[in-house]
Amino acid sequence: MAIIEVVDLVKTYDRKVAVDGVSFTVDEGEIFGILGPNGAGKTTTVECVEGLRSPDGGTIRVDGLDPRRDRAELRTRLGVQLQQSELPDRIRVGEALDLYASFYRDPADWRELLARLGLADRAKTEYRKLSGGQKQRVSIALALIGKPKIAVLDELTTGLDPQARRDTWSLVEQVRDAGVTVVLVTHFMEEAERLCDRIAVIDAGRLVAVDSPAGLVSRVDGEQRVRFRPTAPLDVKLLEELPEVSNVEQHGPQLVVTGTGNLLHAVTSVLARNQIVAADLRIEQAGLDDAFIRLTGRALTE
Amino acid sequence: MLKIVNTEWKLFLREPSMVVFAVLFPAILLLVLGAIPALRTPDPNFDNQRFIDAFMSSLVVTALAFLGLNKLPATVATYREKGVLRRFSTTPVHPARLLVAQVLVNLIAGVISIVLLMVVGRAVFDIDLPHHPLWFLVTFLLGMLSLSAIGLLVAAWAPNARSAGGWATVVFMLVMFFGGVYLPRFLLPDFLNVIGAYLPPGVEALQQSWLGAAPDPVHLGVLALVTVAAGTVAAKSFRWE
Repeated sequence: MAIIEVVDLVKTYDRKVAVDGVSFTVDEGEIFGILGPNGAGKTTTVECVEGLRSPDGGTIRVDGLDPRRDRAELRTRLGVQLQQSELPDRIRVGEALDLYASFYRDPADWRELLARLGLADRAKTEYRKLSGGQKQRVSIALALIGKPKIAVLDELTTGLDPQARRDTWSLVEQVRDAGVTVVLVTHFMEEAERLCDRIAVIDAGRLVAVDSPAGLVSRVDGEQRVRFRPTAPLDVKLLEELPEVSNVEQHGPQLVVTGTGNLLHAVTSVLARNQIVAADLRIEQAGLDDAFIRLTGRALTE
Repeated sequence: MLKIVNTEWKLFLREPSMVVFAVLFPAILLLVLGAIPALRTPDPNFDNQRFIDAFMSSLVVTALAFLGLNKLPATVATYREKGVLRRFSTTPVHPARLLVAQVLVNLIAGVISIVLLMVVGRAVFDIDLPHHPLWFLVTFLLGMLSLSAIGLLVAAWAPNARSAGGWATVVFMLVMFFGGVYLPRFLLPDFLNVIGAYLPPGVEALQQSWLGAAPDPVHLGVLALVTVAAGTVAAKSFRWE
């Protein structure tokens, strides 16, 4: 059942179109990813869903509410983790949670919430003394303090080290398992692939695809990559002429050949005919990265 | 609301420099000046009052100016820059409450600062308590609110916390100058003192309600007008992010 419905959303800043006709639905109880490069319009999209911005066109329903008209009611059902939002330097973690809990009619027990987030021993610590990962967890705690039905988490793991990132991921899964619908905004492919039930791919303000991670990958299925270092100079044209090959790229001493069918055999035959050996040969199957390139025509992270 | 004020009050107490300047500084300055014998001898320049008697209103101005024009715009602009206000706007509570809480915290700090000044003045230098306590309270409130409104206006218009600090400092210096803090008011030309009487936070009305006759209602009216005008413009033009 859809808990969020976005239809033909349009948002313009100073004649620059940030979001251009985006539509999607989020089902109750899923982790829904919004994936795209920086500046693609992801944050603007969720800010319209949160009621922080008025759309210039289209309609949005969140749990049956209009985010602008029913702002007050929506606030009690939607928890938001904002990109780059801090707390006063000297506020203690416990004080912040206690304060934000007082904003809601039926808040969660903040001590229990802190314990669940692994911050039980930080209740008396000042915000400025927390590490990046701890600040991020406080931010998640504040998004969950009002016992929301839906949590919107924007760029959750940006700036975290790999370990903190993994910890945060399992946290998001816990939140979903507790029955909260999660909307996750990210530009990390790995994060989207690991966490999301479904992903909306957004590029340059437009919706490119909505599918499960596996569904997105299957759109480029059959595509593979062969990576190797030729032992002697090789005319790239020889490879490009092959029917199996769709793309050849030179990365330093390495060649990366993308294609379909019996790609490996076709490539090695050409090499054998020219008496070149393929050193450090590797074959890779298509992943979400490739799906993204196929869908948007470019890589997510340059 | 009480909880927000309580939290902001705790945060205020954790900034030692703010507490020293806004709450303790006026009383300390009084002690320092009062230690100079010439300044506690009756002087014909002040109708045979002592310098320290005549300087009390200027000391009140320092406290009010610090709170309204230094602490308030700096805190509010920082809260906006760090996204504290934005985070508030994702909760059922409107971020305007945070600004109201700031002004209330300043009022409490201002009261403490001035009570401390009165106690020290009375106990150490035998300076009279305000002759017109009610008028003094009204003047103090109007003075505090008018400066707070200007402080919020600065925070509303400044693009970021740094420029808010810069702009507020300019207004702060003017208020301190016209309030007779840098140069005692008897040294200022008459026309500057006349201007100063109308400017927030109403140094003349503070002095009059403390140790003179009752304050001029016109001065108080101007303070009220400034409060309403600056407050309205600040509220209308305030950016929450």
